[in-house]
Amino acid sequence: MLPFTVYFSPDVFFPQNYPLYIRSVPSQNELKFHYTVHTSLDVVEEKVSAVGKSLADQRELYLGLLYPTEDYKVYGYVTNSKVKFVIVVDSSNTSLRDNEIRSMFRKLHNSFTDVMCNPFYNPGDPILSKAFNGIVSGMMVQTS
Amino acid sequence: MDQESAAASGGSLISLTDHEQRYYSGLHALCQADAPGKLSSGKVAELFKASQLPPEALHKVTEVCGAKHLGYFGTAQFYIALKLLAAGQSGLPIRLESVSGTDLPLPRFAGLKNEPESRHAAAPPGADPQGSAPGSVARNPADRSTFRHLEASAEKKEPWSPPRSPCSSPPRSPLAYRGYPYSKQRNGVDAQIPYDNKPSSRPGAQLEQHSSPSRYVSKPAVEHPAMARASSIERLNQQATMNYSDDDPWRMTAEQLEYYTNQFKSLQPDLGALILGAVAKNFFTKSKLPIPELSHIWELSDVDRDGALTFTEFCIAFHLIVARKNGYPLPESLPPTLQPGFSQREEEQIPDTPESLEPLIVFEDAEPRSCQVDPSGIGRLEPSVATRKQDLQGESLKQDTSVKRLASSREKSTLQLGAFPERPEPHLELDPQMRTKTRQRSYSSTSIEDAIKKAEEPPTPPPRPQKTHSRASSLDLNKLFQQGAPGVKGGWLLPPALPPRPPTSQVPHFLNVSEQATQAKVQQPNFADFSHFREEEESSVKLEEQGPSSRFGLSSEDLTSASKQDVSGTPHSQAPQKPIRRKYHPESQNLETGPPPPPPPPPPPPAMPFPPPAKPSQKLLSRQKREIQMAIRKNRETNAVLRRLNSELQQQLKVVHKERVTLESQLELLRPLAST
Repeated sequence: MLPFTVYFSPDVFFPQNYPLYIRSVPSQNELKFHYTVHTSLDVVEEKVSAVGKSLADQRELYLGLLYPTEDYKVYGYVTNSKVKFVIVVDSSNTSLRDNEIRSMFRKLHNSFTDVMCNPFYNPGDPILSKAFNGIVSGMMVQTS
Repeated sequence: MDQESAAASGGSLISLTDHEQRYYSGLHALCQADAPGKLSSGKVAELFKASQLPPEALHKVTEVCGAKHLGYFGTAQFYIALKLLAAGQSGLPIRLESVSGTDLPLPRFAGLKNEPESRHAAAPPGADPQGSAPGSVARNPADRSTFRHLEASAEKKEPWSPPRSPCSSPPRSPLAYRGYPYSKQRNGVDAQIPYDNKPSSRPGAQLEQHSSPSRYVSKPAVEHPAMARASSIERLNQQATMNYSDDDPWRMTAEQLEYYTNQFKSLQPDLGALILGAVAKNFFTKSKLPIPELSHIWELSDVDRDGALTFTEFCIAFHLIVARKNGYPLPESLPPTLQPGFSQREEEQIPDTPESLEPLIVFEDAEPRSCQVDPSGIGRLEPSVATRKQDLQGESLKQDTSVKRLASSREKSTLQLGAFPERPEPHLELDPQMRTKTRQRSYSSTSIEDAIKKAEEPPTPPPRPQKTHSRASSLDLNKLFQQGAPGVKGGWLLPPALPPRPPTSQVPHFLNVSEQATQAKVQQPNFADFSHFREEEESSVKLEEQGPSSRFGLSSEDLTSASKQDVSGTPHSQAPQKPIRRKYHPESQNLETGPPPPPPPPPPPPAMPFPPPAKPSQKLLSRQKREIQMAIRKNRETNAVLRRLNSELQQQLKVVHKERVTLESQLELLRPLAST
């Protein structure tokens, strides 16, 4: 039960926060997850603006548990270019440790940079890369 | 039409048998150029090369047949040349006399070897080829048009036909090109024959490759932009169809590799360098494939994921595009035959570089030095590069190279361009290994490392005056006490020297010292500042009393300057010593009123670690490095501390703010009551 979303807010388009990629494992309740992720954006923004970071540190990219609700936990991660990744995990899935979430974010980040490196990809386009899809599916399968 | 002119011109000079006539006209059609009567010298060169005669012989042929004189290959010259080739192949001297009138076998060409035989064999030359003509016509133009589309800059593709530049530069208009396949369809059966028989003689390899593209016949023609790409493409087509030896469409032939090499060179003269993503994008976009497919091809071919294409990657990408154009669906992952390791083996078979200016001097057996070494070197290094890439990814995560990577594509390209100038430096090194390694590094991390290093170096200027530190620091302290400026300098030296020890333990040291002697105050405040700082935040008591008390006890000036220190210390945390030093300069002078004491114990203990290493002047550099590292560590700790402080203060601020808000609201409530 692991929905993923990748939200974008490139620095350039600051007010915009449109999703570049959303994927969730259970096909039902997808709208609910969309909503959750969207609201969690606020929390992400708050965390990002709160930390007046001098050195962009890997630790600071990972925002950790944004907020838990009764059903699920939301984790956030922001990259240096203000691209936000949000993972929503089922609360019942307690086996997921923080480290695992971190590694998932790291993998996401890596595949995301690969997508960006592709000159045929324009930042701001929805991510259609099969490699990216593959990695995300792999992660979701692995955790569910 | 061809035959008539051929007969006319050929017959005037030499007599051609009927057989030869047909053969030559077929070849003539092969080398057809748009300018009537003029043959594409490139293709002719190709043909000559395929005849496998030594280059001198080929030169002679050109000379004798009159093409050299004319500057181009006319039909007559072509036929004569063919005859001369036949003569040369049969061992006769290449002279006009030898060709006129004698019965010569047909000239044999490496790839067209089967032609004469199949021509002989194909008794009804029209029937079979005609049956296969549509199919092969579809095949060949598709193949041809494939490369036609792919060639982005044919203007640069002239290298192998320069001597005939007057005739080769006339634009090979796409019309002529387009007309070629169509004319073939209509009436060029004879011309088709050599072409068709070739494919049919092959064990179906080409059938496999060109099986589906019949629909591409019209499509490429429609899409064909007005770019002059004819010569090299046709040549490559010929070669590809001539020497296609594999069944596997994912296998790159030597000719295709040559072609890709040419293309690479047109984009990037150095085979060892990378093609930037933007450049490659423009280039591949000209192939008219849809962008998602191109994106997928890029993903497949950019194995090291650096956003740029090495020569091997470029070949892979090009080959994938070719295959796609020919109708093959894109694979999900890179076929094994296309993988860099494999292609490296292929590259070693490259017979020659088409870059040679003399089209006829194409050494079939010569090994091209640069062309081959680089790709093979690069290919060999692909796996090592890949592993390096992973290492770099690990590094990059730590070093936040993602900063650069995630920048917008514009920024990325500028970064690449910025990183790229670093690459020309490695090119000076002849070792391709170094080249690839530095390329990897330079793209993703060197610039970052440089940035980080630069960021970290300015904060630590102190190491520079180290040369005075070559002596025992006690001497410095002597100077320190006796004169103001050098004394301060010497005193200034000590703080950076101290970091090797944990600062907290050093501080009491210093503090004790300060209690003992006033002179130590000069150095001590420098450190006491930090300890004071640290203590305030960590609220460690033991140092707090000593530090501030001892310092403040000395003079009120100390206090003010100390507080000023704190303030200035924070913003200048990166260069702590400097402001401190400046501030305490007057201080020390004020304090100098005291009798200059003997070199007190403080110098010796902190100096203890230093005299041994300091004495030998050769160890200066290592000590400087150590000190820099110490300073860096210190700065980091300071940063962490400051950050913590900052967050705590902010929390406090929030709390206070809330209180204020509540109080204000209460006030608002009460005020109306009070007023009324």
